[in-house]
Amino acid sequence: MLAVWRRRLPAIMVGLPIVFVVSWVLFFATGTPSGAAVDEPGEFLVTLLDGLTFAGLMFVVASGFTLIFGLMRTVNMAHGALFLLAAYIAIELQQKMAGKSRNLEPEDVSIASWVVPMLVGALAAAVLGLVIQQVFLRWNQGQDLRQALITVAISVIVADQLLARFGGLAKRMVWPAAVTHFFTIFGQRYASSRLFMLSVALLVGVLLWLWLNKTRMGLVIRAGVDDQGMVRALGINVNAVFAITFFVGAFLAGMGGAMGASFAGVAPGADGQWLLNSLVVVIIGGLGSIKGAAAGSVLYGIVVAFSPAYLPTDYTFYAIILTFVLLAVVLAVRPYGLFGRVE
Amino acid sequence: MSTRRALGGRSIVMLAVLGLLIVLPTFGSDFFVNFVVTRALILGLVASTLVFLSAYGGMVSLAQLLSYGLAGFVIGNCVAETGSKGLTLGLNPWVAVVVALVITTCVAVVLGALSSRTFGIYFLMLTLTYAVIGYYVFGQVATISGFGGITGIDPPKLFDGPVRLYYLALGFSVLAYVGFRVIRRTPFGVALEGIRDDPIRMASLGFHVPLHRTLSFTLAGFVAAIAGVLNVWWNGQIDPNTISISETIHLLIIAVIGGIGVLEGAWLGALVYVAANNYLRDLPFADKVGLTPARFNTVVGLLVLAIVVLSPDGLMGLVERVRTGTKRRGGVSQPAAPPDNALQAALPNTS
Repeated sequence: MLAVWRRRLPAIMVGLPIVFVVSWVLFFATGTPSGAAVDEPGEFLVTLLDGLTFAGLMFVVASGFTLIFGLMRTVNMAHGALFLLAAYIAIELQQKMAGKSRNLEPEDVSIASWVVPMLVGALAAAVLGLVIQQVFLRWNQGQDLRQALITVAISVIVADQLLARFGGLAKRMVWPAAVTHFFTIFGQRYASSRLFMLSVALLVGVLLWLWLNKTRMGLVIRAGVDDQGMVRALGINVNAVFAITFFVGAFLAGMGGAMGASFAGVAPGADGQWLLNSLVVVIIGGLGSIKGAAAGSVLYGIVVAFSPAYLPTDYTFYAIILTFVLLAVVLAVRPYGLFGRVE
Repeated sequence: MSTRRALGGRSIVMLAVLGLLIVLPTFGSDFFVNFVVTRALILGLVASTLVFLSAYGGMVSLAQLLSYGLAGFVIGNCVAETGSKGLTLGLNPWVAVVVALVITTCVAVVLGALSSRTFGIYFLMLTLTYAVIGYYVFGQVATISGFGGITGIDPPKLFDGPVRLYYLALGFSVLAYVGFRVIRRTPFGVALEGIRDDPIRMASLGFHVPLHRTLSFTLAGFVAAIAGVLNVWWNGQIDPNTISISETIHLLIIAVIGGIGVLEGAWLGALVYVAANNYLRDLPFADKVGLTPARFNTVVGLLVLAIVVLSPDGLMGLVERVRTGTKRRGGVSQPAAPPDNALQAALPNTS
């Protein structure tokens, strides 16, 4: 009997808080900025959408991080720096394409002058990522701490050079006019640009899934995640696969950079913030798993959106602590994350 | 035989350095003593906890600066009597020290226990996450600090004065250095090193692996808290930028510059880092190649990149290599066992 309880303890430890939180949000959260969900369904829906759309952005960034780690066991601490680089390049290019650098409005921005800067920025990040991998990481494969330190040093240099080049002020990219309007749900106005961001993220997710599950390249990558030595022994050029994977991972960081710059703007320090976001997502979801990145993004995004909205009004600034609680609960039950594998 | 001789040489060098440091205030300038060496001793003390964990326990923890900052924030909240920020409890400074050390140690127990079952690079990322969340907690929770931080924190009368603070920092640095080296010889330390090298085997032998890791993390958190108390006395104020992600990375950089596998490296790295921070602008050719103080981070980044690529054991590894090199040329037979792979030894069960 006791043994059964012990085995169920993790489930109880997780289940009780979930039940508490859900019932709080649904019925009891009257003294909060949003109010209980049964009274204010609009607020609830908006918060949920906020969480999911932010989760989409985080998924794009974190999937690149986890892809690189999953195959190469390289923790790319320069992931945030690649994000910032792409964001700045995309912003500059968009201003060039729209023909003005100040007071850029959505009306000045066509779909092309959003998509092209995003792709160019992401490509720049991808190329830099590839150079980093070829010059600094290729020859010390497997020494994961050394690789982490090398990418830390690179991220410090890149962030400092970006500060020198682009200054310390916050900059932002502008969503194209075609996706910038508001619609109403349950009496709440909602920006369609956020849904656009979510759909871009979903597109990225689908393409990643197709690439990893339906192509030969993806087959090799998945095999490499499981047993690198065997893949090598079968005569596959692992180094080329590594290079391509790093390229794609950095590209995703860059794409996230352009999306993040349109969503909330970027400033020096955004690199660290997005490195943190990627870390939290993959620690929750499990390092190296794309599925985990998706699950981690959704969980983290939901917590980030709901905690300021559903904490009692005087305590909303404690929201950040709930991020830590989420992390602690997941780790207490699964030390390697939801979809992580023990090595 | 030869290890004993080498160890003797090492102790002699350390004693000479200590003697120099003790008499330093008699001839060093005030600026040098207060803003370079004291700062380097405090940063070295907190960096030494990082090195202790990574060299003996195989745990590269980026949460050490969090313990350091947390202790400082507790002192700030307890001591300050007036001011718009913090709890302004107006406690006696000595009571505040006790409160700060107790709270920080308790937090270290919790964080250590939570991360005690994760190893290698995963541990590094987890502790980095703690550090950044800590930064946001102190930034956003205005009751205990807010981004502006807490100012006007006075040290107790006994240590009010740069030279006294210098000797205090020196004393704790020596204590930590000797203490960490003694702990390495205790059964606990030996078990810790066993866990670093092979946690599964140690668990099979009946050692409680998570407990050992939690305890060492707690000890490191305690020492880092002492450094944090010294820092807040030295600085007179504390704000969340003290524990921001870039500062956390800089602490790791200090450890890497000195050599992340060697305890002395912590202080050496801190000295190089603080000196670079203070004297970079004075280099005659610096402006010509774009090395202005504003680009300090680029310089530090390049330095670390060079170190990690060329000599993963940092400056101490370089010293070691030169020493063994000269000895060999001098005809002394030396068993070739330079700790070349300290960096890898620090991370055992990953590849």
